[in-house]
Amino acid sequence: MYDMKALYQAKDVADAVALRLAHPEAHIIAGGSDVLVQMREGKRAGVELISIQGLDELRGVSLEEDGTLRIGSLTSFSHITRDPLIQKYINVLGEAVDQVGGPQIRNIGTIGGNTCNGVTSADSASTLHAWDAVVELTGPDGVRCQPISEFYIRAGKVDIREGEIQTAILIQKDSYLDTFGHYIKYAMRNAMDIATLGTSVNVRLSADKKTVERARVAFGVAGPVPLRARTAEALAAGKPVTMELAEAFAQAVKEDINPRDSWRAAKDFRMHIAVESAKRAFIESVKLAGGAL
Amino acid sequence: MEKHVIQYQTVHFNLNGKDVERTVDVRASLTDTLRNDFRMTSVKKGCEVGECGACNVLIDGEAFNSCIYLAVWAEGKRIRTLEGLLGPNGELSDIQQAFVDEAAIQCGFCTPGFILTAVEILESGKEYTDDELRKLLSGHLCRCTGYENILRAVKKTMYKRLGKEMPQA
Repeated sequence: MYDMKALYQAKDVADAVALRLAHPEAHIIAGGSDVLVQMREGKRAGVELISIQGLDELRGVSLEEDGTLRIGSLTSFSHITRDPLIQKYINVLGEAVDQVGGPQIRNIGTIGGNTCNGVTSADSASTLHAWDAVVELTGPDGVRCQPISEFYIRAGKVDIREGEIQTAILIQKDSYLDTFGHYIKYAMRNAMDIATLGTSVNVRLSADKKTVERARVAFGVAGPVPLRARTAEALAAGKPVTMELAEAFAQAVKEDINPRDSWRAAKDFRMHIAVESAKRAFIESVKLAGGAL
Repeated sequence: MEKHVIQYQTVHFNLNGKDVERTVDVRASLTDTLRNDFRMTSVKKGCEVGECGACNVLIDGEAFNSCIYLAVWAEGKRIRTLEGLLGPNGELSDIQQAFVDEAAIQCGFCTPGFILTAVEILESGKEYTDDELRKLLSGHLCRCTGYENILRAVKKTMYKRLGKEMPQA
């Protein structure tokens, strides 16, 4: 038995919003792989839960009329990895979430939960930051959209307001068009482990594949929340594709990241693997985009 | 401590091919319900935090750690446990027999979980490489066998079901 005070099961999004307003102290539970584990640990013992698990309308990936890629917040990691739209437009997201936990965790874990828990090490988070994802929240006043960089407030805290639930993650067309990315999870084990550092890079090359039009890079565990390394991005934009650029781009990430010492790894070590991962992920992204260096 | 609200709910689901219903405490995990209400004791209580895979069951064909799945979420689902693999007279299925033949079992605690993940792998009808199989099986901990025999049992059954010769290593 779980030590919960009460369970409220939402029937649809409107019902979830009503339950959020009626029970402001209650915690939202989606897949449960964070909430139930923390309940077992005692961290969330005795709380009320609003379950949105049954809201099938929040599952699945689709393309909207303007080309925006819409990922329902309850879409599980394994379904994201297998989805043909994800594979076509943002394959790196499918690869990143395929490194979460183990197979059973990937069947229950949701992209909404992975972002709403506000954890810097979440395998989806760095890629979503690197692709300028937009978070869709539905509340009593309707739908509110927010860039993911503003959604994260501090470690473990995201901008979900009174009565709101997260309903989708959106990737706009300009973000994914002709863009190719690569994610590197650095962890001690290949399965059932949390990232020591997560690095997600993506690039868009010019038509002749000789010049970087746009490069973006984001990290997990390089700060209290996932973050972008804008200095490196600005440095690479408009530059010819070369190995020297890959090296300079990687060195420049140090300007913007601020990892900490923890029992998993020392700050210096995280700095080191951030540079190396940025370089490798940049090279791989360029190759995926059809460039040579 | 504040008392919890006493809440029961009737859930309807299909368990190993049979439609069932039970009134459950909303605080129950699916592991609790399968073991206590249905005597599905193949569903093991291991870590109870979704790390070891001993409580793994198939829900609508996908592997889930039932310890971190609320029993009330089972409403309308098709759930399969190891008991559902047996033939009408208790005969072992091919994958169970392969675990026996390959000595992929020692204490047996992780075995039901492993076998149900193996069933999901086998029912996909795909041919996987050793590396892919290792990754697909990575959500289970076994402290006895060292995993090699488990991998071999799954691989052997995969090739058998695909009607292909297993490549010699």
